[in-house]
Amino acid sequence: MNKVYTDIIQIAGDVITVEAEGVAYMDIAEITTRFGVSIAQVIQLNGKRVSLQVFAGSRGISTGDKVRFLGRPMRVASGDNLLGRIFNGSGMPLDKGPVLSENLIDIGGPPVNPSKRIIPNKMIRTGIPMIDVFNSLVVSQKLPIFSIAGEPYNELLARVAIQAEVDIIILGGMGLKNDDYLFFRDTLEEHGALSRSIFFIHTAADPTVECLLVPDISLAVAENFALQNKRVLVLLTDMTNFSDSLKEIAITMEQVPSNRGYPGDLYSQLAARYEKAVDFDTAGSITILAATTMPGDDVTHPVPDNTGYITEGQFYLKNKVIEPFGSLSRLKQQVNGKTRDDHRTIMDMMIQLFASYRETLEKQAMGFQMSPWDKKLLQYGTRFEKDMMSLEVNIPLEKALDLGWEIMATCFTPEETGIKPSMIKKYWPKNGKD
Amino acid sequence: MALKRKGNITRINGNMVTVAFKGFVVQNEVAYIIHGEERLKSEIIRVRGKNAEMQVYESTSGLNVGEEVELTGELLSVELGPGLLGQIFDGLQNPLPQLAEQCGFFLKRGIYLEALPDEAKWDFTASAKKGNKVRAADKLGFVQEKIFKHFIMVPFGLEGALEVLSIVENGKYNLKEPIAKLKDLNGNIHEAYLEQSWPVKIPIRAYSEKLKPQEPLVTKMRLIDSLFPVARGGTYCIPGPFGAGKTVLQQLTSQHAEVDIVIIAACGERAGEVVETLRTFPEISDPKTGKPLIDRTVIICNTSSMPVAARESSVYTAVTIAEYYRQMGLNVLLLADSTSRWAQAMREMSGRLEEIPGEEAFPAYLESRIASFYERAGVVKLHDGSTGSVTIGGTVSPAGGNFEEPVTQGTLKVVGAFHGLSRERSDARRYPAIDPLLSWSKYKSFIDESHVKRGHDILLKSHNVSQMMKVIGEEGTSLSDYVDYLKGEFFDFVYLQQNAFDEVDQATTSERQIYIFNFIYNILEAEFDFEDKNKALHFFQKLGQQFRGLNSAKWKDKEFEKIEKEISSLL
Repeated sequence: MNKVYTDIIQIAGDVITVEAEGVAYMDIAEITTRFGVSIAQVIQLNGKRVSLQVFAGSRGISTGDKVRFLGRPMRVASGDNLLGRIFNGSGMPLDKGPVLSENLIDIGGPPVNPSKRIIPNKMIRTGIPMIDVFNSLVVSQKLPIFSIAGEPYNELLARVAIQAEVDIIILGGMGLKNDDYLFFRDTLEEHGALSRSIFFIHTAADPTVECLLVPDISLAVAENFALQNKRVLVLLTDMTNFSDSLKEIAITMEQVPSNRGYPGDLYSQLAARYEKAVDFDTAGSITILAATTMPGDDVTHPVPDNTGYITEGQFYLKNKVIEPFGSLSRLKQQVNGKTRDDHRTIMDMMIQLFASYRETLEKQAMGFQMSPWDKKLLQYGTRFEKDMMSLEVNIPLEKALDLGWEIMATCFTPEETGIKPSMIKKYWPKNGKD
Repeated sequence: MALKRKGNITRINGNMVTVAFKGFVVQNEVAYIIHGEERLKSEIIRVRGKNAEMQVYESTSGLNVGEEVELTGELLSVELGPGLLGQIFDGLQNPLPQLAEQCGFFLKRGIYLEALPDEAKWDFTASAKKGNKVRAADKLGFVQEKIFKHFIMVPFGLEGALEVLSIVENGKYNLKEPIAKLKDLNGNIHEAYLEQSWPVKIPIRAYSEKLKPQEPLVTKMRLIDSLFPVARGGTYCIPGPFGAGKTVLQQLTSQHAEVDIVIIAACGERAGEVVETLRTFPEISDPKTGKPLIDRTVIICNTSSMPVAARESSVYTAVTIAEYYRQMGLNVLLLADSTSRWAQAMREMSGRLEEIPGEEAFPAYLESRIASFYERAGVVKLHDGSTGSVTIGGTVSPAGGNFEEPVTQGTLKVVGAFHGLSRERSDARRYPAIDPLLSWSKYKSFIDESHVKRGHDILLKSHNVSQMMKVIGEEGTSLSDYVDYLKGEFFDFVYLQQNAFDEVDQATTSERQIYIFNFIYNILEAEFDFEDKNKALHFFQKLGQQFRGLNSAKWKDKEFEKIEKEISSLL
């Protein structure tokens, strides 16, 4: 017996206010307009005045429309039936499949008890040397890709998704272009990964606030699988759109903005989602890879800035490559000591030499003379960019380490690399310089 | 007992709930929202007419207008007693491992467990006798908690002189059995237990005087101890952009600092980092005592996805526990990571209260709250003449890494040392990434002051030369300037930078620091006669490499002495 109200007393932005009784905070309601049925969520209660954010937007809502409170928080179906399916931001099918309503779970559930987490210790192999060798991705890590619009971040996400050894892939798309959505679908299908994937898609054409639910729905489903011992990879693109929707609602609700119009709780809101990444002590795991576009390539913009404080590192995608400086995987130390004994050496030394190469480039640009050492660095840097950094490269970690030795050996003598003698003895290629 | 005071919810806005009450309310008293079987803890933070606004320490989803609220009349308090050490609490002092046993993977709301188990028995040895005159915080006896004598004290809240009417015999008692009866000047009788409770937002002031912090607190980080020292009972802050290594620095400090007890307040940060501390501390042994580090540690953890209001209280919970152990004459170090998240929690609440915002929407009282928090640090002389201290080190996470923001600025005004981390240093992999040209400390180091000054000067000179070289190139720099540049880089490379992953290098004792600093000082002061820049560069590179080897060699063992000889022959 759900109560129906028709007294909408205020419509402002995508928030409507209705007079009703017995409504619980964060409950959801259905609003029937002449354009169809939309879902709304209670975001404020003040006596009888109930404010709701309407996920499909308030356009076309009449003050006489029916608001039916469902008397429960937002829920989503879960379980194996979801695999291979595509839904919108409210969990309604976008493919031709049936509406699912079994195993309903609440979204935005309580946080994990820190004492039930374990220290992450399993590496996710991606076949991308800039990740595997230099900033290894780890199971249960939460990591954003910082980039500007136009960079191939979605391509990168898709590549990681198809190569990563995980049980389930969940894609949460926010403000996704239709082309990008089709790209994800086709790529996963091509590599036979679609049957273990679930899509929650909000496209750029949909009302802005509808994307607010996407991370919560994706993560609630992911959590459910993780509790059943599954390793889940969640891809969220693009979290800047999600933050902008938060901003829109906050401004409509007349909240005091803190920084560039974003609400003061942006950090907590983002953290509540990212912190769902977890490696359970006796169950599965959730790894989150997100795309965060930086407006104006500005890393101090509130969205990337707050994100950086929450996540365990970040990848900078610049000029179609993962930039080695600034990119960081905070968890790499947990795994890169157990791969091959030269992993850390290659990681440190190649980057230091690459840093010297960048300095040489600067010197070159300023017209200073190039010493023999500079010339060696230039040779090294060019090869590094071509054979290691390029996203075209797709080789397993061990091959990448071997390649690292090969590149160094063609450019430098062992002393010049600064690598300790025992390592040189073991790995320096026989036909390299000495 | 008086009737329970009650009220009803009239408004819900995020984690702020307005309640209409009958009778009276007390500002900052704890209230419980009755939601079916659940009781949700809240705190009254503003009163307007017959309406009071509360911050709720839990998620408010599912609450209804009209639901009942129970007012308790008590301020938010923590339990203080034996059993705190080695525990992991949330911001409201719920023990997390026990919570996991009861509720599984998730933090179910409305479940509050006892911070200290009542039934646990402790072996009590009395020191006060019947008829003794005592006052608040005087010792009645002790129990053995891990490696410490945990003193049982007269409740801090009692006033004036008290007479011990009776005290129990030595033996095993639990936390709820009275161990002494005390009579105050008005003839009222009070009971003392092994535990007592104290409101978190009020400092414990049961000591005879506050002293000036003078003795250095050795963190075993060379850059900190030698150049920007922290004093026992002092305060310091570590602001820095993300990825600059604040948390690694805090973790190392929590392991190596020469103090009795470390309280870690993980406030609004990543859960993963707490997990690391939580899982590794039981396995790392404290070099001083040989016991696991966890035995001297209390962790208060309110990570970023846990309720925001409890984050606000978590730093107070932590500092109150720190003050409690200080009262036993111990040296306590409180590490708060990060105070910016605490400030943000205040900002969120202030926004919901619709207060007029200050800079960047932080409330106008931000600075005074920060100041009063850091003021709870200090060295105190207790009534029995012994001293105890609370040192507070807080990290700050400034938006965009820009130190010109309210939390950093508010903190800099009140702390005694500033360890500013810079993006440039961390990008160049120079760890710890504390920028020596930016940081300062008002405390005294154990290294000779004039020598320290010389160290600062050479770093500055070196920096200036390197800036100049970027414009005019190496060719245009004079040899003597170039040597100064190399000296600065050398000093940075071998002394300021410290390898956190090297077993020896990650912690340097004060004895060793003094020895090595003097060694390097002589090199910095020496006049060198080089033929050209290449020779100079080569010399300092070689010297630097040797010193790095020295840094990884155990103090005064064969390897150490061998490298030392080699260096001397180079000079």
